[in-house]
Amino acid sequence: MTDVEQTWAEQIREAAASKTPLRIRGGGSKDFYGQPLAGTVLDARAHRGVISHEPTELVVKVRAGTPLAELEAALLAEGQMLGFEPPHFGPDATVGGCVAAGLSGPRRATAGAVRDFMLGVTLLDGRGNRLHFGGEVMKNVAGYDVARLMTGSLGTLGVLLDVSIKVLPLPVAEATLRFEMDALEAVAQMNRWGGQPLPVSATSWMAGVLTVRLSGAEAAVTAACARLGGDRLSEQAARAHWQGLREQSQGFFGGEAPLWRLSVPSVAEATGLAGSQLIEWGGAQRWVRTEQDAASVRARAAVLGGHATLFRGADKSVGAFHPLPPALRSIHQRLKHSFDPDGILNPGRLYDGL
Amino acid sequence: MTAATASLPENALREVDYSQVDVARLIGELRAVLPPVALLHDSEDMRPYECDGLSIYRQVPLAVVLPGTEAEVAAVLKICHSVGVPVVARGAGTGLSGGALPHAHGVLLSLARMNKILNIDPLARTAVVQPGVRNLRISEEVAPHGLYYAPDPSSQIACSIGGNVAENAGGVHCLKYGLTVHNVLRIRGVTIDGEVVEIGNHGLDAPGYDLLALMHGSEGMLAVVTEITVKLTPKPQFAQCVLAAFDDVIKAGEAVAAVIAAGIIPAGLEMMDQPATAAVESFVHAGYPLDAAAILLCESDGTPEEVAEEIQRMCAVLESHGATEVRISRDEAERMRFWAGRKAAFPAAGRISADYYCMDGTIPRKRLGEMLTAIQGMEKTYSLRCINVFHAGDGNMHPLILFDANVPGELERAEEFGAAILDLSVDLGGTITGEHGVGIEKINQMCRQFNVAERQTFFRVKAAFDPKGLLNPGKAIPSMNRCAEFGRMHVQGGQVPHPEIERF
Repeated sequence: MTDVEQTWAEQIREAAASKTPLRIRGGGSKDFYGQPLAGTVLDARAHRGVISHEPTELVVKVRAGTPLAELEAALLAEGQMLGFEPPHFGPDATVGGCVAAGLSGPRRATAGAVRDFMLGVTLLDGRGNRLHFGGEVMKNVAGYDVARLMTGSLGTLGVLLDVSIKVLPLPVAEATLRFEMDALEAVAQMNRWGGQPLPVSATSWMAGVLTVRLSGAEAAVTAACARLGGDRLSEQAARAHWQGLREQSQGFFGGEAPLWRLSVPSVAEATGLAGSQLIEWGGAQRWVRTEQDAASVRARAAVLGGHATLFRGADKSVGAFHPLPPALRSIHQRLKHSFDPDGILNPGRLYDGL
Repeated sequence: MTAATASLPENALREVDYSQVDVARLIGELRAVLPPVALLHDSEDMRPYECDGLSIYRQVPLAVVLPGTEAEVAAVLKICHSVGVPVVARGAGTGLSGGALPHAHGVLLSLARMNKILNIDPLARTAVVQPGVRNLRISEEVAPHGLYYAPDPSSQIACSIGGNVAENAGGVHCLKYGLTVHNVLRIRGVTIDGEVVEIGNHGLDAPGYDLLALMHGSEGMLAVVTEITVKLTPKPQFAQCVLAAFDDVIKAGEAVAAVIAAGIIPAGLEMMDQPATAAVESFVHAGYPLDAAAILLCESDGTPEEVAEEIQRMCAVLESHGATEVRISRDEAERMRFWAGRKAAFPAAGRISADYYCMDGTIPRKRLGEMLTAIQGMEKTYSLRCINVFHAGDGNMHPLILFDANVPGELERAEEFGAAILDLSVDLGGTITGEHGVGIEKINQMCRQFNVAERQTFFRVKAAFDPKGLLNPGKAIPSMNRCAEFGRMHVQGGQVPHPEIERF
């Protein structure tokens, strides 16, 4: 163990002994996400730096407190990237926060989510034990996949020390095209394209405009542009569009109305909720700005075959995340207890009582 | 018991003795919930279920059940839960690590009768299938829609999708298209207490912990899967394969790294050493060069324009990294011929040797040379031959150790040879199993790859789903007692491994 790890392990043991909650925090860029924060801050930024990056192995191993921007710059220097195109939501975002929040960006529907790229993890559990799962290889079925389990667990199962992530080469060519159409047609079109061997890497629809990004070999992108038509955006405009979506800096995400994220089957019909909406991920992610009550938003998401997250909102008393059915809730509680028997790691950040 | 072990389930400490199971009660209760055809308990009838693809381990169970519905699965599990009987789930029985080896005092639950494709949605690109559906059948059924199911383990003609989930199966195309865990959206399953759970959904994520990831590769130890929604992928318009020969295996390994460094993710990237090439060539006549120390198969797929561009880049890299010969498949027949050799590696080994033992370690690709050199040394140490096929793109090696079980001592030497390869895989920063699973075969090596706190975590994860530890006990995760025993056999320099744990 390094000095920092040792210090944290002791801090965790003391917290467990006195049943005092710890609030694991990186850059604080996602403090808004999930349920209310509680506990003494454990500042994860003290443990930072890329441990190893082997471009030819497509793997990077990095300490969890490393700024996400620093990691992305290191990858870019080798012509590589994080395939899940994670949102930062601020200049101080850390790799650990990115993994713990489990949020993926525009490329998610075609390239995969954070969890799809997770290969290994070292963590401190709620007993202060230093544990290592997975590794730095693409294929590994020795033991349960605890590394992927950490993604999206919001720090409720352990303090991440380092993670190993699969990385991808930057695409040789990219192009972004625009089409005017209504939401219904846009969803149908996204799904039709998804079923064809096209190099689609991102889609979005808002206010009557469908935007699609193509990424891949030069020849493939050129051929797809010719086939799909539409208006091609300048490189600068394209970058601004996808970045604005990823970072939620564009107009739709401004203002005070609660922001709901509906994760539904890509072919799901219109949400029918009051308010404005923005569609991503080939139809599978629907952002809705609505004042409708949580119960009706969640009921609608469930009818569509998905779930609803109160992504941003002043009042999280309705629960940030979709309630779990009883059988799954019991499994969650037992898992939480197995990693954190004294319930001191980010308690309540994901669900009440977890 | 010390404080550290106080909260552990009993099975984490030692393997539980189930020999006192009330067999008459068990059979009686099972008979009440299953049609006669779905319950076997005569030892001759159960013989076909005594092993999976790893036939050196055999065991007849107390009973074999073949439920046809989810309700029957739930009823069986409820009974086993209340009687306290172990349950081992089985798909097609093609597994290579003994994961579906029956328990002597348990029920073997075959999902072979649950083999229906329930729904195909071409627009959403999903298929809902029962666990007994064969992997390849999904691709066959959805082909008219221009779609396929991407993971293609070499046993895909026979293996079941439920087994693929249990082992997180890969295949030759997984560097680009992912493993089973990347291609499954939702699982319905039944926990040991008979409760139906739905994990994941038809969207791209689910609330809460990623239980879907936990289920993949869990070797039937968390729940019994009854329904799976798989993601379907558009069939590439075109594919082409490059066959490159090298006069040195290290050079071939460096060429693989160079292809990746050039920013190419090949659809498939496979390596075979000379003995493997010779074995398959005499079997399938794929036209492989026999004088090469190693050959690489490097595939590109996509639109014709994309493939042409990528193949050109691949060839340039391979040639500049010392390939002595580079052939590009001229048509689909030739491409299939290139692959036929690789896919026939296992049967080809069976043809030149009475028996073979297939290993599955994964290592960082840059350590390949060290591994192959060490294997050459081990061939001498154990007086057995080994041929090597290798998913070069992702570092997953399948050394095939050739032996004859009828020659006294050869099986034992083959097992020791295999264990030495696995130990080295761990030492080189890799893992003991890339895609075949731990099962019973590699359970001792788990003691080396994971420390005691990590193994305890695995038992606690299992207990979150299966508090009594009845699903596939004794597999995949070794008890502390077992590791202590294993450690005793490997005491080195007078030091006892794991001095921190209690001995029983």
